[in-house]
Amino acid sequence: MTMNSPTGGRRRSRPLLECLLLCLMLAWGAISAPAMAAVDGGQARALLQALDTRDFQAKGEAAQAIADSQADQKTRWLQALLDGRLGRERRGNTFYIVTDDSGREWPIVDAITFEDAGTGSRRTVDIFKINNDLRTQLQGIIASLSLADGDESARLAAADRLIGDVNADNVESVRASREQEQSATVRDRLDVALALYGVQQGDATALETLKGNLDTRVRNTLTTVAAADGELASQARQVLDGIESKRAWYDRAQTLFFGLSAGSILVLAAIGLAITFGVMGVINMAHGELIMIGAYTTWLIQQALPGQPGLALALAIPGGFLVAGAFGVLIERTVIRFLKGRPLETLLATFGLSLVLQQLVRTVFSPLNRRVTSPDWLQGAWQINEALSLTLNRFGVLIFCLIVFAALWALMRFTRLGLEVRAVTQNRAMARAMGVRATRVDMLTFGLGAGVAGLAGVALSQLTNVGPNLGQSYIVDSFLVVVFGGVGNLWGTLVAGMSLGVINQVLQPWVGAVLAKIIVLIGVILFIQKRPQGIFAPKGRVS
Amino acid sequence: MSLSSFDQGRDRSRQAFLSRSTLITSVILIVGMAMVLVLHALPASSALHVSSATVALLGKYFTYMLLALAVDLIWGYLGILSLGHGAFFALGGYAMGLYLNAQTSPLPGWQSIMTWFPVAALAIVLAPGILALVFGWLAFRSRVTGVYFSIITQALTFALMLAFNRNEMGMGGSTGLTRFYELLGFSLSSDGMTVALFVASGVAVLLAFWLCRAIVVSRLGRVSMATRDAEARVRFIGYRVDHVKLALFVMSAMIAGVAGALYVPQVGIINPSTFAPLFSIEVVVWVALGGRATLYGALLGALVVNYLKTVLTGVVPDAWLFILGGLFVLVTMALPQGVAGLLSRWRHRQEASA
Repeated sequence: MTMNSPTGGRRRSRPLLECLLLCLMLAWGAISAPAMAAVDGGQARALLQALDTRDFQAKGEAAQAIADSQADQKTRWLQALLDGRLGRERRGNTFYIVTDDSGREWPIVDAITFEDAGTGSRRTVDIFKINNDLRTQLQGIIASLSLADGDESARLAAADRLIGDVNADNVESVRASREQEQSATVRDRLDVALALYGVQQGDATALETLKGNLDTRVRNTLTTVAAADGELASQARQVLDGIESKRAWYDRAQTLFFGLSAGSILVLAAIGLAITFGVMGVINMAHGELIMIGAYTTWLIQQALPGQPGLALALAIPGGFLVAGAFGVLIERTVIRFLKGRPLETLLATFGLSLVLQQLVRTVFSPLNRRVTSPDWLQGAWQINEALSLTLNRFGVLIFCLIVFAALWALMRFTRLGLEVRAVTQNRAMARAMGVRATRVDMLTFGLGAGVAGLAGVALSQLTNVGPNLGQSYIVDSFLVVVFGGVGNLWGTLVAGMSLGVINQVLQPWVGAVLAKIIVLIGVILFIQKRPQGIFAPKGRVS
Repeated sequence: MSLSSFDQGRDRSRQAFLSRSTLITSVILIVGMAMVLVLHALPASSALHVSSATVALLGKYFTYMLLALAVDLIWGYLGILSLGHGAFFALGGYAMGLYLNAQTSPLPGWQSIMTWFPVAALAIVLAPGILALVFGWLAFRSRVTGVYFSIITQALTFALMLAFNRNEMGMGGSTGLTRFYELLGFSLSSDGMTVALFVASGVAVLLAFWLCRAIVVSRLGRVSMATRDAEARVRFIGYRVDHVKLALFVMSAMIAGVAGALYVPQVGIINPSTFAPLFSIEVVVWVALGGRATLYGALLGALVVNYLKTVLTGVVPDAWLFILGGLFVLVTMALPQGVAGLLSRWRHRQEASA
């Protein structure tokens, strides 16, 4: 298990990988730039000159020549060639590397000295073109170059790229690198690369190394091998079956993780509702909008602290709680207090408030969605292996949910307020007779529930964009969780939220997101036929 | 305590049916409709001329009034708040939409039976009716009441919205059903059709109003009001509360379905947004503003709020949600009886001073 954030996140891995390569390349350039070139300017120019041909075959040979030369800049040249950023001055004899080709005017540096050369454009610089074969070849060359020198992470990335790319040309140099390699992880990677080459060459013993390997390239190669007839193919099939079943398990683990993280958002959204519904018997239809307020608080704090997403998030947690909580207390004092004993009217009035809050946000901030940047340590993924990677922001939300839950549980269990809240939930009249100031408990509970909704908003802002409609869809889902788990029951809410999240995630690949939602809905409706009091019915006589 | 008191009860109910408010409402409806028709018949140059567009708009308001009646029947007189009546309205509308589509091009699969008007007419009441029957049976049997029932109905309409958004439903996906040209062989775009639909909607409102009035003053209505006020007591007396609820709920869903069916040809489209929870809950506010548990209040509320909406969304589109939200809060806090409550309080004061 390694923390490997930049390459992670299967969905985003491509741009991230490119980004990594670019950074690597730039760092490489920065290190090697001041050093004296081991080849003089004339030789370097000759090496680059050879690339300037329309014949891709010749271009490939020129690239190989660069790799075999002593030039210090060779990795950067080849990388730039691969990225389509190496070029030559039109009607001139200077070679340039484009450092940023996103705009119309490109900042360029001299390819030999790496000195700043101002800007160039499509009209002044001819970029050397490459085709797919050349691209593959370049990747292989760069990989073996990085294997020869470079730090451990560069070697690891290079070894990783070699899996499936070992061929008759480079197999000897890879074997040699394998013998000299110090790092065990890099060695393992190289072993896999060599074994895969061995299998392609018909070596059955190499299959042993590949057992249980989850790499897609290994799987693809083995699938091709297994499709043939003969002893090797049947052995390959066995190995492949093992790989497939291992993959299936990891896939299940992945689904479980996604379900739990979706569930933790549900729990965060529902738990505030569960508390207020338990204590006061009213549904706050503006609960979703309190979530939205929490999310907007996060966004606002981030706007106030540009460039420090970590600090902003740390401040947003208490900030979101307090702002949403304040709104909650305000709603309780101005509206809900006057609708005591009329739950349906409360529902309508709070629905009206939710409309007002939505429109307020639309008017004040704009109806557009806002993006909240996650701090670095919440970006990327925790890559456990090829088949299982846990997105860090979802993982963070899961942990956050558990912490909030633990805090709420402790609050309910160990504090005076918690005791009073439980008393009022069980029997309001009796609690009042015992001297509990029920109206004060109502206000504090409502503030607490709203504050937790704010926390849900903070968490949600790390997963999706923040917009005026953010909370709208959560009220029905949250209510289902509350009903499913049992009113005013913290543990029930936790279990219900998590199970609804997982069930939804398990159903989704089969029936699609919409039908999964409908099935869950019908399931909950049928469930309350059997157990109207939720999963954890309160024991004993509770009025 | 036998036949005679029963007869007395029936007498009282007959009197109640012909109460003053029923008479006044019926007269206003009929006279209003007649006036609109007369003014519409005036030449377009006349200052008093009512344009075709206005007639269509009023026809649409009539269907909303019908829907408000349906909600008031169960919220006002049975005490169950449905936040999903838009679903029944939309189902009726979709049934009508399928029929209208079938007039121009044959429909695939089972939908082809909707080509015949009698089948379509049945579907308009049966589709919402059966949904209400199944849903209500499940809910009332396990005594789902109060806010639970409200949220579950909202979940129901939300789920249907998601379902009808899917293209696989064969209901036009998120675009819904549109391109209606003919109804019963007459062109939908003609002026005569606009007037005919306006009259049909008005007559439907009148009939539904009388039907609801008859239900409310019948024994069923009295049991339902008793259920609203003290459900456990009614159950202990020996009434099957769940049957009463189911009967009224299904009736109300059917009225909503008819409203939807009349609505669709007048606006020319039905799409999943009609299932949106916001629409259903807006209907509740019409009833709340007009005054729940008074049928004329529901009619009044639907008319006033929708007129406001038409005017205000034209003038200040951004402010409409503020106003609607404000109405929710204002009505529940300051006007629990709605405008009808204000009127009756004012009348009582007049009678007291007289």
